[in-house]
Amino acid sequence: MIKKIIILIFLIGIIIPESKAQAIMKFNEFEPYLHQQNDTIYVINFWATWCRPCVKELPYFEQINKNYQNKKLKVILLSLDFAEDIETKLKPFIQRKNLQSEIIVMDDPDANTWIDKVDKNWSGAIPATLVYKGTKKVFHEGSLNYEQIENLINKVK
Amino acid sequence: MKKAVLLFTMIMFAGSLVLAQGYKVGDKAINFKLKNVDEKMVSSLDYQDAKGLIIIFTCNTCPYAVKYEDRIIALDKKYKSKGFPVIAINPNDPEVQPDDTFDKMVKKAQEKQFTFPYLYDPGRKISAVYGATKTPHIYLVSKKGDKLTVEYIGAIDDNYKDASKVSKKYLEDAINALLEGKKPKITYTKAIGCTVKKKS
Repeated sequence: MIKKIIILIFLIGIIIPESKAQAIMKFNEFEPYLHQQNDTIYVINFWATWCRPCVKELPYFEQINKNYQNKKLKVILLSLDFAEDIETKLKPFIQRKNLQSEIIVMDDPDANTWIDKVDKNWSGAIPATLVYKGTKKVFHEGSLNYEQIENLINKVK
Repeated sequence: MKKAVLLFTMIMFAGSLVLAQGYKVGDKAINFKLKNVDEKMVSSLDYQDAKGLIIIFTCNTCPYAVKYEDRIIALDKKYKSKGFPVIAINPNDPEVQPDDTFDKMVKKAQEKQFTFPYLYDPGRKISAVYGATKTPHIYLVSKKGDKLTVEYIGAIDDNYKDASKVSKKYLEDAINALLEGKKPKITYTKAIGCTVKKKS
C-alpha cells in the first residue's frame, strides 16, 4: 500500500511539473538564444510583470519589434516571472497589453550560475537588455527608451 | 616631467573615483547612522561587541525581497547571539517608489515583526556608497573596533523561491568562515533582484 502511494506521488510529481514546464525554461534551455550565429540582430530584454520600470519600457520594445519587422531583427522578451505566477499574472498581462514580440519565460532560481553567462557586467537587477549580432554584443542594465534601444541596435549593425 | 607625472597620477586618481561603483570585497566600509522604523537613530558604531554586521539592502514590496523576509529574520535570530546581527537598510527613494515611504516601512516591520533595525535612507547616502544596485543585496562586513571590512557581497542563497530547496547557503557559509577565523571561500555572488529606485 505504502509503495503504491509512493509510486502515485512520484507519478504526480512527474506529470504536474511537465504540463507546467512547457513554456518555462531553465537557463541551459534558453542559453542557445544568446549565441545564434547568423546575420539577425537579437534584442533580448529581461523583465517581469512585477518590475515597474520593466513594464514602463515594454512599449518601446514592442515598437522596435513592429518597426523592424521587415528587417533582420528579432525582439525577445525574456520574462523572469515566477513559475506560479504564469497563469494568474503573466498570461493575463500579455493579453491585456496585446504583446506581439516573442516571449520566453525562464524560472531558474540559482541565478549566480547564469547571470555572468548573459553578461559579466550585469549585477542581476532588472530591467536589463542584451543586443547582439553574431559576435558583436552590447549590454545595458537599467531602463531604456526607444532611441536608446535603437542606439544599441546601431552599435551591433 | 615631474609635473606631467603628477598630473597623470591625478587624472588616474580622478578616473578611479568616477569608476568606483560601490565597495568590493576587502574594502573598508563607512560607518553609518540612519533612522530606524521606531524613529530612533541606529548607528553601526552602536554594535560595540559585534564581530561583524549582516547589512541587507532590501525594501517593502520587491517580490524577491518579500520571498526572503522570513529567511532574513531567521538569519538574525541565528547569528545575532554569535556576534553577527542583521541591519536592514531600504535603499529606494520613496519619491520614485511610493511603496517605500517611511510609514510603509514601519508597517512592514510591524507586520513581519522584524527582530532587527530597518533603516530609512531616502537620500541614498549610505546605499550609494556601498553600491547597492538591487534588492535584496547583502554586504557582510567584519568589525574590528570601529573599522568595518567588506567580506562578502551578493545573495543570501541559491534559491529565492523555496527555502527548502536551497543547496548553497552563500551568506551563512561566509559568516561561518569568519566565525572560525577564516576568510569566506565564496566572496561574491549574483542574484536577480529589483533595481534600486533612484531619481535619474
